[in-house]
Amino acid sequence: MCPLHGADGHDRGKMLSMLTVPVLSLGISLPSATALALSAPSIAHLTGLDVAVIVIYFMMVMWIGYYLKSRANTSEEFFMAGREMTAWIAGLSFVSANLGSLELMGWAGSAYQYGILAAHWYWIGAIPAMLFLGIVMMPFYYVSKTHSVPGYLKLRFGQGSSTVAAVSFAFMTILMSGVNMFSMALVMKVVLGWNITFSIVVSSLAVAAYVALGGLRSAIFNEVLQFVLIWGGALLVPILGMIDAGGWTGLKTRILHDFPGQDYLHLWRGLGHFHDNPMGVHWTGIIFGLGFAISFGYWTTDFLVVQRVLAANSLRSARMAPVIGSFFKMAVPFIVILPGLLALVVLHNPNGSLMHLVGEDVVSAHPGMGLHSYNEVLPLMLVRYCGPGLLGLGITALIAGFMSGMAGNVSAFAAVWTYDIYQPMLRKNERDEHYVAVGRWATVLGVVVSIGAAYLVMHAQGIMDYVQALFSFFIAPLLGAILMGMFWKRATRAGGFWGLLTGTVTSVSLWAWVHFDPSALRLVALSPDAKDMAENMYRALWSLSITLLVTFVVSLYTSPRPESELNGLVYGATVLPKEESVAFYKNELFWAAVAVVVFVGLNVMFW
Amino acid sequence: MEGSREIPIWFFIGVLLSVYGVMILGYGLWEIVTGHLAHVVLARLHAPVWWGALMLLLGLFYLVRFRPGR
Repeated sequence: MCPLHGADGHDRGKMLSMLTVPVLSLGISLPSATALALSAPSIAHLTGLDVAVIVIYFMMVMWIGYYLKSRANTSEEFFMAGREMTAWIAGLSFVSANLGSLELMGWAGSAYQYGILAAHWYWIGAIPAMLFLGIVMMPFYYVSKTHSVPGYLKLRFGQGSSTVAAVSFAFMTILMSGVNMFSMALVMKVVLGWNITFSIVVSSLAVAAYVALGGLRSAIFNEVLQFVLIWGGALLVPILGMIDAGGWTGLKTRILHDFPGQDYLHLWRGLGHFHDNPMGVHWTGIIFGLGFAISFGYWTTDFLVVQRVLAANSLRSARMAPVIGSFFKMAVPFIVILPGLLALVVLHNPNGSLMHLVGEDVVSAHPGMGLHSYNEVLPLMLVRYCGPGLLGLGITALIAGFMSGMAGNVSAFAAVWTYDIYQPMLRKNERDEHYVAVGRWATVLGVVVSIGAAYLVMHAQGIMDYVQALFSFFIAPLLGAILMGMFWKRATRAGGFWGLLTGTVTSVSLWAWVHFDPSALRLVALSPDAKDMAENMYRALWSLSITLLVTFVVSLYTSPRPESELNGLVYGATVLPKEESVAFYKNELFWAAVAVVVFVGLNVMFW
Repeated sequence: MEGSREIPIWFFIGVLLSVYGVMILGYGLWEIVTGHLAHVVLARLHAPVWWGALMLLLGLFYLVRFRPGR
């Protein structure tokens, strides 16, 4: 397939698998914008004002990168932003690095498809883990002064575990970065008719430039800026949508009227059995699989997000950052899930009938019929309500989301490559300047390899089907190893290494088992009615359990390290620095308690 | 971070929000003056005017509050 021609069904089919993971006018059109457009039909058409909004955004991120280049001279500055970030900056960056545009569009599509069930990935699938990271785990990450999560494993379990974690993280981070890059370019092609190569080159070069210039500090600064832009560009859609639908009561009434017998508005009521809800999930999978194995694995051990918190300027800031982030994470469904629900009742065809979005396979099978897929919910809603300027702002929000996610990937990759692969295995005793230079080149190299991965995915569609599964292979076992290392003094190096390895092998084996023998689903996911998401949850739970068990058993039969060596690494063997007392409204425990109350309230409200 | 000589990120955000606010508010006012409303749902609510004004106000607040050398 030629990547530069037409947003055909083949392209759309690929976009499906990428987005559903767990995925106008002042009347003036600038010539440059026209030149970018392809002949393929697109959802939106930008005016000169919209293009100006996008161009100004790119100028701003480059300005920030250029301005900060003088603040990235040492490895501590380049990789850890000098550990000078305030709690607010670290917290917003922590959430922003996760808030990619594909996630925004994919979950808006899922909300259209499955209703408010999709909010589980923002609430139980994030909040408990974020609070646990901030309140319980952060002291050990922060006090150990590690530069990365594999770095913590090295301190606790030795080089073997660290290498397994570092290599798998580096490989998957770059692959995911490439996948996201291609997916974003594809979205721009379908939504705006933009050339795929143009989108990939411009956005990735911008990210490479500002991260290579200013290091993590530049990535974090831009992530905060991008976070504000995402909200500024996307918030108007649910506001106008709610007015359009007649408020929450009007929305509920119209959903019940237009979709009788289907439950789009309850979080928990339909989770009694796999076949009672369209996602094919069970409450045990949501709580233990998503809410624990997957969520804790991602939010507490994925260096992409943990790196932001490690850059905080004090232990209190490092603990407060995830707590601050949790409030914003809880609010994200307002700009993601709510538009998906609103689209159910406000999107209409030109003839006035209710628009029914369909799966990518249906769109692909009926080219030229003007069908739209679930994943086009957000762009369709943007076009419905946003005229010149505001549309450009909305598109900028999507681009900003993509860039924040990619910057997170490449800055984390650069740190892990330099500290956990290059330094221990290739060049041990070089000067600090040498490692900073390696970090800059790793940033550029990471982007180049990501671009290669993007084109690899473009030409080998089947890869996409496996990327999400590949990524999930490493998360839950890593969580098991970190938890055992951090909270059990008796855990040994051999225990950690073999636990991590067998957990990963278990995850791969379970996936392969179901892949080659679908009937195995009833054993792996505890029901033949389980669907993909449920399988992912239970696979994560099994691999986490195996990791914990193997680490436990092997540790019992091997010699532990003396307790004196575990100070700063393990609960019960660490003397945490005394924090000065502050007013209750500045205390992370107070705000964590407030977050818990809000979290419980939301779940009860939408029970 | 805000205590150092470095320009705080909030200042950059202020610049961007102010510029966007002026652009979008300007377009919204142009719509009202000329009567040429964009072909979008709820255009009568003049979202560009109040959303642009909101962004401009927020941007100005950040510009002043976090201006370099303050």
